Amino acid sequence: MSMIALAMALSLVGASIVISAHQGLGLEKDILVGTVRAFIQLMAIGYVLKFIFDLRQWPFVLLMLAVMITVAGRNAAKRGKEIPHVFWLVTGAISLGAAATLGVLAGLRIIKFEPWFVIPIGGMIIGNAMVASGLVLNRIQSEIAARKQEIRAALALGATARQAVDPALKAAIKAGMIPTIDSMKVVGLVQLPGMMTGQIIAGASPLQAVRYQIMVAYMLAAATAVTCATLGLIVYRGFFTMHHQLKS
Amino acid sequence: MGKKFELLGVSKWKDGPKRAELLRDINFTVDEGLISTIMGPSGAGKSTLLTLLNRLEEPSAGQILLDGAPITQLEVVNLRRRVGMVFQTPALFPMTVEQNICYGPNLRQRREYPGLAARYLEMVGLDPELAGRDAGNLSVGQQQRVSIARTLANEPEVLLLDEPTSALDPTATSQIEELIRALNQKIGLTIVWVTHDMQQAARVGDRTMLLASGEKVEEGETKAIFASPQNEVTRLFIAGRLNGNGSKLNGDKGRSDGAGSESTGPEEEHK
Ligand SMILES: Nc1ncnc2c1ncn2[C@@H]1O[C@H](COP(=O)(O)OP(=O)(O)OP(=O)(O)O)[C@@H](O)[C@H]1O
Ligand SMILES: [Mg+2]
Repeated sequence: MSMIALAMALSLVGASIVISAHQGLGLEKDILVGTVRAFIQLMAIGYVLKFIFDLRQWPFVLLMLAVMITVAGRNAAKRGKEIPHVFWLVTGAISLGAAATLGVLAGLRIIKFEPWFVIPIGGMIIGNAMVASGLVLNRIQSEIAARKQEIRAALALGATARQAVDPALKAAIKAGMIPTIDSMKVVGLVQLPGMMTGQIIAGASPLQAVRYQIMVAYMLAAATAVTCATLGLIVYRGFFTMHHQLKS
Repeated sequence: MGKKFELLGVSKWKDGPKRAELLRDINFTVDEGLISTIMGPSGAGKSTLLTLLNRLEEPSAGQILLDGAPITQLEVVNLRRRVGMVFQTPALFPMTVEQNICYGPNLRQRREYPGLAARYLEMVGLDPELAGRDAGNLSVGQQQRVSIARTLANEPEVLLLDEPTSALDPTATSQIEELIRALNQKIGLTIVWVTHDMQQAARVGDRTMLLASGEKVEEGETKAIFASPQNEVTRLFIAGRLNGNGSKLNGDKGRSDGAGSESTGPEEEHK
């Protein structure tokens, strides 16, 4: 696509501004900010990716993934501000989910271990793991608060913190995994995923594109499972003392 | 008769924007094989004191001994099996009655316990047929008895009871009182029984302590305490004229000497 063609696409922005102004929605400023930010962020990332792909140096690829994971970790950590060390725990869980999934994909030679595979695929995994982690954090707090009596009763019967928290933990891990599993069930029927449409637009055969998309669905399921389970298992400890006491 | 629990200068406070003192410098002994009642108005710190005994909470100062050894030296999970607790609300797990009763034994060894639920249901005066029912749809009185059965199924040496009859009618209450007394007499279970109801304390307690505003007001043989209370606050409590803050109810004009100075409560003194 040429820059001129892209400039023409600005007319679409114009349309939304006209609608906002005409209907008195007051969104004109947000639309402008969004327009500019989308342009700058994506242009910048385009150059960064081109630079990394041309360089073909693994340290840069890893750095890129690390930056993505850190941003994802910071974002998800906002869902559990009360939990001690939450940023490190989430970042660790997302890293593990991403590393395990990318490791299997590369190890079994499902994808080529090349920067232009690893970074976009890694990005999808990390983004999905981020959303799932936020759900786990949110849910574990509300489950423990709601089940406080039950947890104390279990502790009083001689349960360890891990045993007492088990029902709450299961609910939280499930809450993180369910959206990915659900979207796997309806993919292709309800929405055509971005990567697949992108490949088709770029001229790939739909039959090739769907194969990739199927792989993506499977890999996201694995990544969320690893991330959510890891996160749940490391994060519940923050709610208890080392003597199996529920912190108040 | 030995000392089961010994509390030595136990205090509990919560740090926060304003430090809240829940218990102050409690010295107290629970004799083996007896029923010790802890009575006091709402908010006195009775539940807090009980949760220190099975280490659901940690004292802020002081020491608690079980059979002469600090409870901090015991494996906390073992301590809680030996010192069972029945809460103010039944807090049953959302499972069947049988699964609730077998929860403790299952923590130690995961297997079937045929007949166990029925045995304990009978012990607490419930129909063994209830075993298969969902715990959530029992009446509150039934739930509280299942919760006692659940704690007993762990075969504790000491039973901590936090107002176990506060949600029950008079008939159910006296059944529970009889049950606990029978357990105490038949198997020598040591009981610590928290109640805000002084008549209950008088009925069931061998020894009684009165707690008000986080402080021990008086302690001794139950009969002696009710026959000749040594302390003005105790007299007020027995007369039903002590309110939740440990201060006297409106209408009691003027201040009594001695223990009356405690009626302002520790919180105020620490501002
Ligand atoms: N986490 C906490 N932070 C601050 N104050 C607390 C906390 N937990 C309890 N309290 C306060 O400590 C006091 C004692 O509470 P506790 O539950 O031990 O009283 P109680 O004697 O069992 O009363 P009741 O008969 O109503 O059950 C109360 O004033 C309560 O509000
Ligand atoms: Mg209480």
